[in-house]
Parts: sequence; C-alpha cells; structure tokens
Amino acid sequence: MACEQPKTHLHAYLDGELDAPGMAAFEQHLETCADCAAALAAGEALRRSLEQAELYERAPESLRRKVRVATAPAPARTSAHPGAWRWLAVAAALVIAILWGSRSFFPTIKSPQQAAWTTTLLDAHLRSLQPGHLTDVESTDQHTVKPWFDGKVDIAPPVRDFSADGFPLLGGRLDVIEGRTVAALVYGRRKHIVNVFVWKSQDLVPYADSGERQGYHWAFWKKDGFRFCAVSDTSLPDLQQLKTLFLQQ
Amino acid sequence: MLEGQDRLRFEESVLPHLDAAFNLARWLVRSRADAEDVTQEALLRAYRFFGTYRAGDARAWLLQIVRNCSYTWLQKNRPMEDISELSEASMPQERSTPESLALASHNRELLSRALDELPAAFREVLVLRELEGCSYKEIAAITARPIGTVMSGLARARQQLRTALTKTAQKEVGRGV
Repeated sequence: MACEQPKTHLHAYLDGELDAPGMAAFEQHLETCADCAAALAAGEALRRSLEQAELYERAPESLRRKVRVATAPAPARTSAHPGAWRWLAVAAALVIAILWGSRSFFPTIKSPQQAAWTTTLLDAHLRSLQPGHLTDVESTDQHTVKPWFDGKVDIAPPVRDFSADGFPLLGGRLDVIEGRTVAALVYGRRKHIVNVFVWKSQDLVPYADSGERQGYHWAFWKKDGFRFCAVSDTSLPDLQQLKTLFLQQ
Repeated sequence: MLEGQDRLRFEESVLPHLDAAFNLARWLVRSRADAEDVTQEALLRAYRFFGTYRAGDARAWLLQIVRNCSYTWLQKNRPMEDISELSEASMPQERSTPESLALASHNRELLSRALDELPAAFREVLVLRELEGCSYKEIAAITARPIGTVMSGLARARQQLRTALTKTAQKEVGRGV
C-alpha cells in the first residue's frame, strides 16, 4: 500500500521542524508505515555521511587578511578646526598639482618593482592600523626603540624622536615586505599615524619621490644606504616635512 | 566608510560569519579560489551597505549578499550553469537503497563530487541546512523563497544527492573497487 503522507513531512520531521502535535502524529504513522520508516533511516544515513565527510569549507587565512585590510578603519579625521583643515586640503591639493606638473616636465623613472613595493607598503600601513598591530615595541624613547631592532633586522635603522617638530615617536615594528624584513618606525602626527619603513638597499633604481592612492600618501627617500618610505593619511606636506627631518639628522 | 560605533558593530556582528560566507560561496561557485573572490566582494558590499542593516540575524543578512554575489558570478563566468529556480514540481517517489549508499557514504571525495553535480538551487538548500545548520525559516529568508518551497526543495535535493551517490557507488562496485 502506497503511503499517503506528503514526503515533506518526513523531511520536516528529520529536520526537527514539525510542531509537537505534528511530531507525535508522524511518529505514530512511522509505527505502521514501513516505507516512511525506511525513508527516514535513509535520510538519517545521508545526514550522518554528510557530517562525517566534513564538507564544511572554512575561509582561508589569506581571505581573512584581505577582508581585514579592506575594512580597516580610516584613521580619525576629526579636527577641532575644520577651517584650518580646509586650507590644509587646498594646500595639499596645490602641492599635488605642482608635483604632478613638475613630473610631466621631469619624468621620474618608475619601475614595476617600485609600484609593487608601494602597493605592499600601503597594505602594510593599513594592516598596522588594526587593533594590536601597530607596534611590537611601544615606546616614545628612541633609546628603547633603536636597541629593540638589534638582531631582529640585519640593519640598525636610524631611530629619532621628532616630538619637538610635531612627529612624536610611538614605537617600532617589524614587517615583511616583498619577502624582505623591514623596520617600521611609528610616528604620530596630530591624530594621524605615520609609518616610516626603513630597509637597506643597494639597488640603483631611482624611486619616484611621492604619491597618493585612495587618500593615503607616501614619500620615498634615501640616506646613508637606507631606503625610507613614509606612509600615512596625513597630508603630503607633512610627509615632506618628516622626510626633511630625517635628511637633516 | 564606516565610523566608530558602526565599524565596531560590523566587526562584531558580520565578520564572525566569514566562514559561513566562504562555505556557501565555495559550494555555489564550486571552487575555493573563485569563492575567495566572491566572498571578498560580498564582504565589501556588506561593509558598504551596512547602514541598511538594522538588527536581526547578521548571518542571514550576510549570506543573502553572498548568495547574490555568487549567482552574479555564475551568470557571468559559468553561463552554462543551471541556476534555475526551484519549481513546485511533484516529488518523485522515494526509493531507499541503504546498502549501496553505505558504500559511498564515507568517502569525502565522492560526497563532495555528488554535491557539486547537483543544480545550484539544490546545492544551496543542502549546504545551508546540512553544513550551516540553518532552520527552514532562515533558509527561506536567505534564499527569498516561501518556506514550503524550501521544504520541498530540500526533500528533492536529498533525493537527488542520494540517487547520485547510489549511481556512483554502483559504478565503483561494477569496476570492482
């Protein structure tokens, strides 16, 4: 005799989606219907198989990282003086315009290698803004930060506190950029964070000085065999000022 | 860009469901690498439109977006893929074959292949129910279908999966495996 029960009842029962009277009625039906009892056993077997096969696919670490970077907080842009900010924005825009202008007259050589580095450095900057990622050694004292790098990177990066000039040293960190260990010095600039990446480099490719992408600025320079790159959402003139401070040391 | 409280709320309510998002995308687009792209896109969208999410089930809200992104991706990149909607077709008679099922059931590879071969609409209800543990109501919300359609879709999806497994198992037996 063919069973008259709708098949959906069987699945709803299997999934625990029937209400109490429905459950009781179906259980009563099971006692007399061999078809449904067999179908239920098969359903339970299938469920066990799916469980045991561990088909759940967890997100890979690379995706987790990408999502974290993409949804990283924009560092605070609040200011008590919106008027001053507007002027600063105008000034920054002017500087950028001038830089762009001069670039067309004196084109700098930009290698694909540098483009890759710039992208990675911007990523590293964004990553560092995640909670707990900013500093490995947290200190405003250059005599604490400098020795911390000893033995960790094959270079002794120059560490200076520029508090007096509006760039207080906040600490240091190690980053791996394009497979190379790089020292990152962390500075504050008003309410912004500036990462200064420092590494030793012999390559002779002239690095284009500075640029902007998605609201973040960077400035490259070199001194005493070191390459530097400052990255921040603070203005480009700020970064140029920091660059000057480093060069004047 | 989200600020302050909203960002924190996004981090606390949406990001914990990244695994669920990836799992659904993986089973819909059938590749881990493509699922990575689709999930990232979905998370970015969720981030951008977080303002439209008020309260309630964050997982269901995110999975809706993942589902949309996955189907958009399939339409664009796998135009031959069957992404037709679940129909209210009558259900074929269930025929259980527990012996042959047992042969295939402990093989992850076989199960995974059988699941991959189901039409997308069946795959998604099975993944949401069996892997993600969603209730009928949640599946209905995520897939924008009436509960009745979810219920019958799930019944047919299980039957199809069982048939596929039985076939595979019989083939294996035939080859003397």
